[in-house]
Amino acid sequence: MSEAAPTSSGPTDAERDELRRHGIMLTSLEELCNWGRSNSVWPLQFGLACCAIEMMAASMARFDIARFGSEVFRASPRQADLIIVSGTVTKKMAPSVVRLWDQMPDPKYCIAMGACAISGGPFKQGYNVLKGIDRYIPVDIYIPGCPPRPEALLHGLMKLQEKIRGQGIFPTGDPRQAGAGRPSDCPVPEFGGHDLLPPQNPDLFHPPSLVRKEDS
Amino acid sequence: MSATDLPPLAPSPGPRIRAVHDEFHGDLLEVSMGPHHPSTHGVFRMNVTLDGETVMKLKPVFGYLHRNHEKIGENTSYLSSMPYTDRLDYLCSMTNNWAYALAVERLSGQAVPERAEYLRVILAELTRLLNHTCLAGFLLQDGGASGTPLMYAFREREKILDLFESLSGSRMMCNFQRFGGCRTDAPAGWLDSVRRLVDGYGKFLDEYEELLTGNEILMARTQRIGRLPAALAVSAGITGPMLRAAGVPYDLRKVEGYGFYPRFEFRVPIGADGDTYDRYMVRVLEMRESIKILQQALRGIPEGPVMDPKARLRGFRPKPGEVYSRIEGPKGEIGFYLISEGGPNPYRYRVRPPSLINLTLLEDLCLGHSIADAVVILGSIDIVLGEVDR
Amino acid sequence: METPEQIRDRILARFPGASVAVVPNPGPAAQHSLLAGADLGREIATFLRDDPVLRLDYCSNVTGVDWPKQGFLEVVYHLYSMALRHGPVILRMRTADRADQVTLPSLTPVWRSCEFQEREVYDLFGVVFAGHPDLRRILMWDEFKDHPMRKDYVEPDDYEWEPTPHGDILAKARRHYPAPAAGAEGKGNP
Repeated sequence: MSEAAPTSSGPTDAERDELRRHGIMLTSLEELCNWGRSNSVWPLQFGLACCAIEMMAASMARFDIARFGSEVFRASPRQADLIIVSGTVTKKMAPSVVRLWDQMPDPKYCIAMGACAISGGPFKQGYNVLKGIDRYIPVDIYIPGCPPRPEALLHGLMKLQEKIRGQGIFPTGDPRQAGAGRPSDCPVPEFGGHDLLPPQNPDLFHPPSLVRKEDS
Repeated sequence: MSATDLPPLAPSPGPRIRAVHDEFHGDLLEVSMGPHHPSTHGVFRMNVTLDGETVMKLKPVFGYLHRNHEKIGENTSYLSSMPYTDRLDYLCSMTNNWAYALAVERLSGQAVPERAEYLRVILAELTRLLNHTCLAGFLLQDGGASGTPLMYAFREREKILDLFESLSGSRMMCNFQRFGGCRTDAPAGWLDSVRRLVDGYGKFLDEYEELLTGNEILMARTQRIGRLPAALAVSAGITGPMLRAAGVPYDLRKVEGYGFYPRFEFRVPIGADGDTYDRYMVRVLEMRESIKILQQALRGIPEGPVMDPKARLRGFRPKPGEVYSRIEGPKGEIGFYLISEGGPNPYRYRVRPPSLINLTLLEDLCLGHSIADAVVILGSIDIVLGEVDR
Repeated sequence: METPEQIRDRILARFPGASVAVVPNPGPAAQHSLLAGADLGREIATFLRDDPVLRLDYCSNVTGVDWPKQGFLEVVYHLYSMALRHGPVILRMRTADRADQVTLPSLTPVWRSCEFQEREVYDLFGVVFAGHPDLRRILMWDEFKDHPMRKDYVEPDDYEWEPTPHGDILAKARRHYPAPAAGAEGKGNP
């Protein structure tokens, strides 16, 4: 069970431990749901490039992602919680990725695995390479590496589980959660004559505004 | 109407469509399989037109992983392109590196010391073992054995990746070959670990084959499926195990004899029918020949430097000229075409991708078969999208 | 195997009036090539494939090259023989210019392996292959308008976020960074 500190009134952790030893567990609905949700994150079977092979290796016998709850990689986005964007997202593929993201039901999470999914990676200078999937869909966890080791993917998954445990289960007005009349769909880009249209999602992509030094 | 009323499936070559006599003349269904589909070959799309379950037309669509590797090659120096070659066929980085290093060495007339050549052969054959093992796993997964053969394959792959990691520092993207040899020498004890792995690999293959080769489900799913006639294979530029399964004895290790392959004794398995089962069996037999080559190379590897002392790494500017050089990678003939104008970057940098050329005949092989067979045929062609799209 | 000069002479004997020349290849690799005119390209290719001495039944590689200074696009074919185990014989064809006369004969009817590779040369360079069974874009999406592998291609400008720009990337990134206000201390690039 998570070790979240109790709010306002309620038993302390020591008292909880004492009760637990007698077979009585005290928790909140939120903790219980988050415990269940974080320990059964089902990823989508979505590998784009080289990082996909490391993702497969993470699901194989040596690294075994199943012990973290990701027992099955679902083939259909309708049944998946997590999309691990592993590999270079090209502009030709980007509409498909966004469409898959839209088809996933809430609550859904995204891990950008590998340098290419974070920012374009070694292929950044490319006419067909999207410089990071966070231009179109919101990303929760970024895992650097080229490719990141399977252990790094497991570490990222554990961080995601921590993040899920800290989330609320009732709508909080988070723009990423559906509810309050606002859909959590991201607009799908279209193929233009020279680039995708739009080249990024203006609601999501906020590059830090760097101020350049005076030219020396 | 029962199954026995239907005329028997004619054996290939050539597509044959079954004539089904019934009252229903339905519409043809066009399905886009991909670019996201669980056949684990990457972002590949097939637009299939189906009559029931029979494939009437199949158009492959790719480009979903086109990372403009060739354009980057024009803007990067020769050495800086070496890590990009890892990412072409991302399962077999050592052979990609060797193909590129060989091309640049032929372009600049660079010699390679003996120990480096032996090391290259050892790494290439280990890569071949890795690739063919994984292919058997992926093929079975496409056929429906979801997970278990692939788990066995990845278990062995992890052992080979441990070797690559202790040698080059990275599991997959090894970036190990240089123009004039290898980047570093094998650490102490590395060759003994390879020997241990190679000696134990035959037993693993026996275990694997016992489960798979005589397996009646595998045979029913792959025999007489996707027959490839030899003349069509040659004209379509098919190379690698797919070509040899069609009956054409063309293996670049024998034909061109690059590296030190002429020193080693090994046979080249040739298929009889050219169907999917032959493509699987040719790869299994090639694995056994690879073990033989590895044992000979490990016995004969001499001491010495792994890098030519006269090789220039910095400021490398080959003289103007061009070269096309190719090696027998695990998937087929991987070639590099380089045009040098005397500068630090190549003027034109081209990769000849075996997976792309082997896909030329995907439609021909799948016509008349069911859509489930189309998936198995695609699995037996052994493609990697990093190479198809570059 | 014959030298390129001998092959050229036999081609000229078979097709008198064809424009075939040997392009020497400086450098240690010494892979000299044959430059054929576009008008009889397919006939020459068929001759090379069917000739009993050469039997070049396998086209290994089709490459497009852009020569903006010389003003043409070039397509290079690397031919080998699987039957007789020799090669390569390198065949080149050049377009008239880079703007609108970019048609070359397709060699897909001769060697099936040219099918996808010629589509790629069409997609990335813009060479139109006459006689190709299915000439459309293969790597880029169909609505794409440019030919990206040409030397004068300008890529889209999406350099808004470059954490460590240097060289020409810095030049491209500067267009997105605002200039510091006059007199204020510039924060500089992190």
